[in-house]
Amino acid sequence: MSLDYYLYLSALLFTIGAAGVLIRRNAIVVFMCIELMLNASNLAFVTFARMNGSIDGQIFAFFTMVVAACEVVVGLAIIVTIYRSRRSASVDDARLLKL
Amino acid sequence: MNLAAIIENQTEIPEAVLFFILSPIMVLSALGMLVVKKAVHSALLLAVVMIGLAIFYIANQAPFLGIVQIVVYTGAVMMLFLFILMLVGVDSSDSLEETIRGQRIGAILGSLGVGFLLISLLSRADLGRPYSGLDLVNVEGNVQAIANTLFTRYVWAFEVISALLITAALGAMVLAHRERLLPRKSQRELAAERVRQSAVPVAGLPGPGTYAQHNAVDIPALLPDGTPADSSVSKVIAARGELANPNTFRMNEKNNEKNEEGQE
Repeated sequence: MSLDYYLYLSALLFTIGAAGVLIRRNAIVVFMCIELMLNASNLAFVTFARMNGSIDGQIFAFFTMVVAACEVVVGLAIIVTIYRSRRSASVDDARLLKL
Repeated sequence: MNLAAIIENQTEIPEAVLFFILSPIMVLSALGMLVVKKAVHSALLLAVVMIGLAIFYIANQAPFLGIVQIVVYTGAVMMLFLFILMLVGVDSSDSLEETIRGQRIGAILGSLGVGFLLISLLSRADLGRPYSGLDLVNVEGNVQAIANTLFTRYVWAFEVISALLITAALGAMVLAHRERLLPRKSQRELAAERVRQSAVPVAGLPGPGTYAQHNAVDIPALLPDGTPADSSVSKVIAARGELANPNTFRMNEKNNEKNEEGQE
């Protein structure tokens, strides 16, 4: 098996995540699809690190994980705030800048 | 990985077997995330994908990242998602109607295009030299190799990340904080308000139905005029669509007639 297959899998997962962001209407599911895209790019980083024989790719994946953790915390706090004021977690309902 | 395998850019057979077993499961779970209706099921399928990714990290000579993936993603992040799902409620399933007409089919076609583009791009790309593997880098161990690079060349980024983490924690606290606009109501005021409001029954909500053949929390009670009382069952059961029809359990004349006919 060639190492390229890991990259194909990563591209496939990234595409599925992007499709999920476009298709789903629930803000939490949209958020999970964004996580899927970040994870898919991490797999590409790790595979590139192995191909190049250099550890830098793994460092990048590590930083991506930290940034993703921050993003999840703030994003979910925003979803909870929107849900509190609108009683809905659908991305279609939050189309006005204020109530 | 032995030398011959490196030259041919091939992995060893066990890794190939692992890949071809695990990757269909991951792709199917990821696709399942898009089609399942409930957000909780999406979260569980995402956890499957993340565990699969952790195994692939370990197979790709990154054991540290594999462990971190399980601890941070499947542990912390998925727990956070499930907590928020509990806060936002089980009835937050997706509405299936499209706000923009043709958006769903457009999204599917567009992402198919992007997927084909990415994969064809990757299949044409070439590193220009044989893949080297991380055996030389990981001689002292993967964690040591990561630490050596992280705390020398990337130490500035590492410090900046700490500022980002603190900002994120503060931001979440600020966003989740709710300023109290009115003074907290005492029990006396709450009771007075409840009596004043005619919509809420002072004696409490009616309980779910009890009939001769059946009694369970998923059956609404019947009002004196024979209509089911929606307030007698939990909102959660109604949101899941698991309400039973109370009329099927009534000992009314029609049912009795049917039973008699059946006996004859």
